[in-house]
Amino acid sequence: MSSAEYAIEVENLQKVYDMGAEKVHALKGVTARFRKGEFWAVMGSSGSGKSTMLQILGCLDRPTSGTYRLDGREVSRLGDDDLSDVRLKYIGFVFQSFNLIPQLTVAENIALPLYYQGVDDRESRRRVEKFAQYVGLANRLSHRPNQLSGGQQQRVAIARALATDPVVILADEPTGNLDTAMSIEIMNLFTELNKQGKTIVMVTHEDDIAAYAGHRLVMRDGLIKEMR
Amino acid sequence: MRLALSRLRRDVVLGVKNLLLHKLRSFLTMLGLVFGVGSVIAMLAIGEGASRDALERIRRLGSHNIMLESKKPPDDQGSQKRSSFLTIYGLLYSDADRIAATIPSVDSVVPVKALVKQGKFHDRSLDLRVVCTTDDWFRLVDREVLAGRVMNSRDMKEFASVAVLTEWGARRLLANEHAVGETLTIDRNTYQVVGIVRSESGGSEASDTPDGQTDVYIPLASARQRYGDLFFRRTQGSVIREKVELHEIIAHVRRESDVAATARAIERLLETSHKKRDYAINVPLQLLRQAEATKRTFSIVLGAIAGISLLVGGIGIMNIMLASVTERTREIGIRRAIGARRFQIVVQFLIEALALSVIGGMIGMALGISIPFMVTFFAGMPTVVTPMSLVLSFGISVGVGIGFGIYPAMRASKLDPIIALRYE
Repeated sequence: MSSAEYAIEVENLQKVYDMGAEKVHALKGVTARFRKGEFWAVMGSSGSGKSTMLQILGCLDRPTSGTYRLDGREVSRLGDDDLSDVRLKYIGFVFQSFNLIPQLTVAENIALPLYYQGVDDRESRRRVEKFAQYVGLANRLSHRPNQLSGGQQQRVAIARALATDPVVILADEPTGNLDTAMSIEIMNLFTELNKQGKTIVMVTHEDDIAAYAGHRLVMRDGLIKEMR
Repeated sequence: MRLALSRLRRDVVLGVKNLLLHKLRSFLTMLGLVFGVGSVIAMLAIGEGASRDALERIRRLGSHNIMLESKKPPDDQGSQKRSSFLTIYGLLYSDADRIAATIPSVDSVVPVKALVKQGKFHDRSLDLRVVCTTDDWFRLVDREVLAGRVMNSRDMKEFASVAVLTEWGARRLLANEHAVGETLTIDRNTYQVVGIVRSESGGSEASDTPDGQTDVYIPLASARQRYGDLFFRRTQGSVIREKVELHEIIAHVRRESDVAATARAIERLLETSHKKRDYAINVPLQLLRQAEATKRTFSIVLGAIAGISLLVGGIGIMNIMLASVTERTREIGIRRAIGARRFQIVVQFLIEALALSVIGGMIGMALGISIPFMVTFFAGMPTVVTPMSLVLSFGISVGVGIGFGIYPAMRASKLDPIIALRYE
């Protein structure tokens, strides 16, 4: 991790989708900075541009214009392979539908980004055990995802996101598929992670989930409506 | 390097695991290639066996040789009248001399008079084919000398009473290597056995080779003196009298490239002195060429059939890989989102296609090796599985895996991760 003060800095970010006949402005100029160690909730109704925002922040997509500095590095104009590398090294994803690979075991799922990083077997095993322990699934390493509850699956996904020690964790409605008890469990885990210094950006539309985050960014019609 | 190897091993294990998730589907996909590779090897083995068989027969005839054989011409009015008339036909002593003297590409000419007479050795007797010839015979019909020596030019000059037995004939007469120096009686004439040569003609196909199993070789000059050129044959109560000077002439051509032209020259030469066609000309090299041409045609046809089955196998692999890519769109999206490069996705799916084709290819190799065994066992056809055909077919299955796996793999890698992640 570099010594940059901000994990994420975006300036005048615009995204235009070319839908043939018409052009859709999903982002109309977003400027924001997330300091390292902060926990942000990105809110907004559907169509507000929060998903587009997350895709760009996650380096899954490029902005039409504007700049995006991740850990001090300009990433908005990178090519496909470089973007892959940025995702691999700087970003940990947690999705609404967990997105574990069903034919791999819990341990293999957690180790997946380490495999793409080329981490050797021993180090990889060490980190898998460490983070499985951290999310409370040390005794489930050889299970398959479909043998676990939703909350457990989401914890595997969090362990996977932590395995590479990324600059930022991007969570997309992480409790969307979970019941209340499990949601609380997961949110407590995020809170604890944040206390230990992890930068977290979480997209959600639920107020009580957003309440776990220290900062809130509300979007409407492709612009930031509120930020605090 | 070690890291790369361990990753490759993991990739392969993962690929095979994915294939094992759909055992029946993977197996059925492989079948196409199993039969393709199996048929390539089996067909090559059968083709190779047949051509080696043919080449071996022709080799025994000698590729530099041109063989002339006396043939009784089709009966015409003249000889139809009575069987007691004398029939004169066949090759002449002068033919042999004229070929040697006038055709420069021929470096030696071997005249042969072949008689069937009873031979006696001690108290054993056997009907022998008495080959009356010159010492050059042994140069043209090159056989291993098992004991003693073959005839030489001194035997010719001195009208020597010497005989060379073949291995097979010798065994029938209970003669072994100690028989050299002993006496063989042929038709009241005695000959000293000077050597035994290996016989290479197999029993029933004796006509294939210039030498026969029960041959005994004696100098032509001596035979001519003793037996003359008149032959009597008793058939159905009547006596056929024939006058044949030479039964065979073998001309040896110095350079293989001259064989065909020399054969034509010999024919033109003989036409002048033979009004009726009372001889046959046989050119082993032409048979060889024909055999090679046949083999080539055979190989092309077989290759095309095998190629089609491999193509079908490859299409099967492509089909199943495309289905697999569609099914696993979400997995691809997850891997890309986590940070896998496009190339790594290509490698992953290519390894799966390769695993399918290599495993299929190996089963096909086993099949391809066992089919020729069965063909030889049940049909008695000679087959030869060459290492080259195994290497070739393995190479083809790898090639098919890459060739038909690359498109689905590329397609997988080009999926947009955002769309792939949303795929249900």
